[in-house]
Amino acid sequence: MEITELDKKIVRAMQDELPLVAEPFKLIAEEIDSTEEEVLARLRLMKEDGALRKMGAVLRHREVGFRANALGVWVVPEERMDQVAEIMCSHMAVTHCYDRNVMPDWPYNFYTMIHGTSREDCQQIAQDLAKETGISQYELLYTGREWKKTSMKYFV
Amino acid sequence: MMKLTKLDKEILNLLQGNLQLEPRPFQLIGKQLGLSEEQVISRLQQLKAGGYIRKIGAFFNSDKLGYQGTLVALRVKPELMEETAIFINQFPGITHNYQREGRYNLWFTLITPNERLRQDILTQIRQLPGVEDAMDLSARRKYKINVQFNLR
Repeated sequence: MEITELDKKIVRAMQDELPLVAEPFKLIAEEIDSTEEEVLARLRLMKEDGALRKMGAVLRHREVGFRANALGVWVVPEERMDQVAEIMCSHMAVTHCYDRNVMPDWPYNFYTMIHGTSREDCQQIAQDLAKETGISQYELLYTGREWKKTSMKYFV
Repeated sequence: MMKLTKLDKEILNLLQGNLQLEPRPFQLIGKQLGLSEEQVISRLQQLKAGGYIRKIGAFFNSDKLGYQGTLVALRVKPELMEETAIFINQFPGITHNYQREGRYNLWFTLITPNERLRQDILTQIRQLPGVEDAMDLSARRKYKINVQFNLR
């Protein structure tokens, strides 16, 4: 879909927190001199198109009990990529799956973010994924200090 | 920190999925759980204040909005980690910047509206005294982005 000027206004107004009120979209619409119907209609279109990935909540994973996480990096043969991705993506503990460029001394081409209750839990999940997919060459890069974690601000 | 009740977990599990694009979205959540709209809103305010929720709202797909994203892995001299991380944090398009264990010890995501800005930022970072190596690991395909936890 083509992103219109109205869409950009909606994105700007919606990219922070949704107001916790009975009619949040009406409030957003008032802010940008539009109507609730129009805002909802554009958001539904963006949702359908994929420009709006999700409308909902993202939790603070450490606070809700998922204290450990690791970036799993895997070497997946090109011809098996789709099939391996399907298996890995089907696990709830895996929140992100990307196929990425390789580098001269870095053979990993498949990336999974794995969330667990502990390091052992992450390790177990990775072992299960390895067994299920038959991909044995991988590393778990555990997350240390988080220097920055924000949402992108578009069209500012 | 307050403890999550069974009802809190039900609310959070539902809300991580999808908030309906309808005029009264919290009323719809309430209906599924046998709660009033006011009860849902007030509990969400408490859960937010309690630090359990990072964000309730819209999550957009940068590609579809005309932006491009990448993941960059750096090998940083440990003694220069902090100043390197702080320099990197200044760019608004850098949304995540995490230390990791391994040969490459600092990883960040960068989202930019154009290639020129992306190259400009990466060039500045590569020239930092603490940066020994940098890998720009752009995605060829995104199979899944869904940060959702099943709370029991």
